[in-house]
Order: sequence, then C-alpha cells, then structure tokens
Amino acid sequence: MAELFAKLDALPVTLKHLLLGLLPGATPEWLVAVVSAVLSITPILAVFPLMFALTTVIERKGLGRIQNRIGPNRVGIPLTDIRLFGFGQFIADGIKSLIKEDVVPRAADKVVHFLAPIALLIPVLLTYSVLPFGKNMVPLDLPQTGLLFFFAVGASTELSVFMAGWSSRNKYSLLGAMRAIAQMVSYEIPLILSALTVVMIAGTLSLPGIVESQTELKFGFLYTWHLFTPWGLVGFFLFLTAAAAEANRTPFDLPEAESEIIAGYFTEYSGFKFAIFFLAEYLGLFAMCGLGITLFLGGWLPPVKLAPFTWVPSWCWFLGKLSALIVLFIWLRGTLPRLRTDQLMGFAWKFLLPMTLINLVVAALWHLSANSIPLVARWPLCFAMLAIPYWLLGRGFEAKFTKREYRFAN
Amino acid sequence: MLGTGILKGMVETAKNFAGSYHDPERLTTVEYPEQRIASKENARQFPFLVHDTEDPMKGLRCVACQICEKECPPQCIYIVKSKDKRADYKGQMQFYPATFDIDLSVCMSCQICVEVCPFESIKMDTEFELSNTDRFGGLLVNKHQLAKSNEHYRKIHPTEAAASDAALAVEVAKAQAKAKADVEAKAKAAAEAKTKAEAAAAAGPVGAPASAPAPKPSSPAAAPAA
Repeated sequence: MAELFAKLDALPVTLKHLLLGLLPGATPEWLVAVVSAVLSITPILAVFPLMFALTTVIERKGLGRIQNRIGPNRVGIPLTDIRLFGFGQFIADGIKSLIKEDVVPRAADKVVHFLAPIALLIPVLLTYSVLPFGKNMVPLDLPQTGLLFFFAVGASTELSVFMAGWSSRNKYSLLGAMRAIAQMVSYEIPLILSALTVVMIAGTLSLPGIVESQTELKFGFLYTWHLFTPWGLVGFFLFLTAAAAEANRTPFDLPEAESEIIAGYFTEYSGFKFAIFFLAEYLGLFAMCGLGITLFLGGWLPPVKLAPFTWVPSWCWFLGKLSALIVLFIWLRGTLPRLRTDQLMGFAWKFLLPMTLINLVVAALWHLSANSIPLVARWPLCFAMLAIPYWLLGRGFEAKFTKREYRFAN
Repeated sequence: MLGTGILKGMVETAKNFAGSYHDPERLTTVEYPEQRIASKENARQFPFLVHDTEDPMKGLRCVACQICEKECPPQCIYIVKSKDKRADYKGQMQFYPATFDIDLSVCMSCQICVEVCPFESIKMDTEFELSNTDRFGGLLVNKHQLAKSNEHYRKIHPTEAAASDAALAVEVAKAQAKAKADVEAKAKAAAEAKTKAEAAAAAGPVGAPASAPAPKPSSPAAAPAA
C-alpha cells in the first residue's frame, strides 16, 4: 500500500524519465538536456495558467458570495444547457481577449509598448523554475543561489511595469507605473528580510534545501515547519503582507486603483496584451505563495507524519497549500478596502521594516538559545519579543474614529 | 491592536460567504430572464399616450397642444397637429395629433412631459425591455406604438390612475354642469323673452320705449352661461 502511494508521489518524475528513455540512444547530450528542460517546463506552463483561469472564476464567484451575490453562473458548455456552475467563464473570457482589437495609442512608443507584457511574463515564469513542487520535483536546482535567483528575477518585473507605464504616453499609465515602482521597491525589502530569517536558520539558499530543513520531527510525528516557530509565524504573515504588495493584491492594489487612475500602468493595454498582464499578475501571486509555502509552510511536506497524511502525494500537498493561500487572498480581497499611498508607504517603512529586522534578531536568538533554554520557555519568550514591538509599532496604524462634527448642519 | 479590525472584517465576510449558501434571504439577485419581479408602482421608463376607446387612434386624449414637445429637455418629441377637429371625451371639438413620435434613444425618462400635460394624455410606462434590432427606425416610436389604453394605465400605476380618472371625472362633471346651466339659462332667457314679448304685445304701442331696457338685466345672466 505504502509503495503504491510512493509510486503515485513520484509519478511525474517517473513519467519524465520514461519519456526521456524514449529518445534514441544516439541522441546528442545537449538535445537530451533540451528535451529534459521542455519536459519540466510543460507541466508548469499547463498547470499554473490553468490554475489562473480557474482562479479568475473562483475569485469572481467567491467575491460575489462575500457580497451576498450569486456571481457568474451562466457560461458552461456552448450550445447546450449545461452550465457547470459558470466554470466555462474563463474559456469565454480567453476567447474574448484573444479576438478583441489590440489598440496601441498613436503616441505610444510601439516597440516598448509591445515588449512590456512579454518582459513581465517571462521573469514571472522564470521564478517557477526554482520552486520545489514536490519531492525531487524542482525544475532547476540551484544549490547555492535558489532563493537569490527567485528574488533577482522577480524584482525585474518592475522594469516591465515601468516600460508599460512610460511607453503608453498616458498620464494615468505613468502615475500607475510610478506608484507600482514605489510600492514594489518599498515592499521588496520587508519581503526579502522576512525570507532571510529562514535562510539564516536553514543555512542554505537552495529552496529544496530549505524544505529539507523542515523535515525534522517534533514529538515523533509533527514536522518542524518554520511556521511553528514564533519567528516563523510572524515572518510568514510579514511575508504574506509584503507578497500581497509585490503582487499588487488588495489591499495594496494602488497601481491599478480604478477610482483614481483608471487601470494604472495597463490603462492603454487591450485585448491579448491586457490578458498577458492579468496572467502575469496572477502567476506572480502564485509564485509568491509558492515561495511562502516553501519557506514557512514546509513546501511539499504534510503537516504530520501520520498514515493518511503521508499517503497524499507531495505535489498534491504543494498545490493544496497553494490553493489555500489563493483562497486566503481572495478572502482578503473581499474584505479589505484599498490603502492610500501615504498609508502604504508608511506601513512599509514604519511597520514592516522594523518588524522584519526585529524578527531577524529573534530568529537569531531562537537559534542560539536552542540548547540553553527549554522549548516551553523559549517559545513564549521569543513570541513576546515579537508581540510587544508589534503592539507598539501597530498603535500608530490603528484606525482612529472620532465623532464627526458638522459645524454648519448642527 | 493592529489587525483586529481586519480579523473582524474577515469574520463578517466569511459569515456572508457561508450565509449566502444556506440562507436565500441574503441573496438579493434576481436571475433576470428566467426570474422576474413585479415592477414597482413608482417605476417609470418611457411615455405612452392614453386612449379611452376601443380604437386607439380615435380615443387618444392628446389634443396636440405641443406643450410636452416644447418642454421636453432633450427634445425627443415630435408632434404634427391635425387639420381638422374632433370631439374629445367631454364632447368638445379639439385638434388631435396627426403625428406623434418619441425618439427612444433620446428620451431620458424624466417624466416632464407627464408633469406639464394638462389633458392627462401622456403617462409613463413601466415596460423596460425596449431594445430593438433596428437602431434607426426601430427607436423612433410612433403614435400607434405609443397608444395604450387607460386600463393599462390603471394596471401599472393604480394610485396615479385613480387620481387621473378623478380629475377627468371632475372635468366631465364641470362640463356637464356647464352644459346643463347653459341649457337652463337658454330656456330661461327664452321664457323671459316670451313673457316680455307677450307683455309688450299687451301694452301695445306704448311699450316700445319700455321694452328697450328690458334685455339689459337679462344679458348679464346670459353672459356667464355663454
């Protein structure tokens, strides 16, 4: 029985080796490498855009329910009465964006305008290459630089955002691009600093290595996910906050605040280029969630080493955790309004940055006091060291409601 | 503490999410083409012309006074007055509209035409499925399409229609009273003239100067009747 589940777990890897084995023996080595790369890339290009497509529908339905509406429930299979609860919607949306007119402003810098969505999508897809999706399932294992590669490639999306904003020759595009750059640069720092704690503890930049560092067992059955430590718990939420800002998700979706600047840096994009922006934005969010899972939620590990949990294939755990985080982001989108730009900047520099720095210190303390202080005392101590600054720093960001005085109406 | 508001909000949205599945009361959406709700009494979409008789064209209350045409803010009404006259509901001779067109694409449903109409002849309809495949001719609604019966008006706006009917009944009663008074006054005048004539005949030639002031008191009485 356990063997069967192990086989199921390794199914994607076995399948790849099987397909590679079909190559004739005289194949040159470089061709084998290329075929191997293609075989690794294809599932990523199939699974994550499909996940994006389903997410758009689920998000619209979920937001609808959150607002006590029904949400999209019409589009199913064409020419029949089968509606599939509206899950055919993404196909209709895709066809629509494909056949829509692609309008390029006359004054636009046409080459840059054309390149911007591509320059956004490619780095976002590249970030997937270092994520471990399951046991032995990392397309590009960079033992020295995995996390660095992720952040370096992920940060280059800022360039394409500015390309889009600048080349459109539109004030709203430019304003949106400037907002986006300011936001992404500001939140990059807490994002990287919160990820750095894990690197400090795990002692490696390799993402599969970081997952390996969480395989130790506590109490004989509980995996030591970094989430279960005080610095990991706080670090995970700091990471999620910064990731939401990096991915332009609510409440940090100022770069495309419709009420203020139309659609931000992609105001002048239509048709398929707009769809690529949309796709890249969601893929960026998924990649960030994937990184958060790898760093804090034990990657492809189940929470406990008990029978029914270990039966589930590792890649299912990864996708399950990813789906849970996506649901969390949809839920947040349905709950929170958008921040103001000054609030956004203040939050990054006055709250997230100090908190991540304190978190680094606490992680170091946690690591160094591992042998001297017992866990029962160490956990509350470290948690208090984070909770008190959280409370102190957070005081300035609480909403202050005062009774509004209407001088002339009274 | 920072974050408690977010948690509270998330609990609220989670309640909405779960509640919308098991409590249909929460969902205000009506899935339109299949489900419909009765239109509200105060709804208004597009004007129609009220008629009272079986034949819509004969019973139109509109007398082509063109007040609505002049008052219409977007100028979407076009009226051509008839050459001849015909009796209205009171029996009075009035013009009628030879052409009465409203441009559906221009009308903004403001109801000003209804407000200014002194004849209770143009009212707002609640029909809202007004789309058309012909975007030029199809959107210019002529008087045949505009004419709808008073029964229809009573059905869609019962309260307003009752007020309108009452106002018209008062007008009819007034007209009838006036006609009656007219007839009586005429009869009275005739009777007076008859007695005068008899008296004059009895007085003989002397009555000639006396009969001259006699019509004077009778003429103020006749004037309001006329």
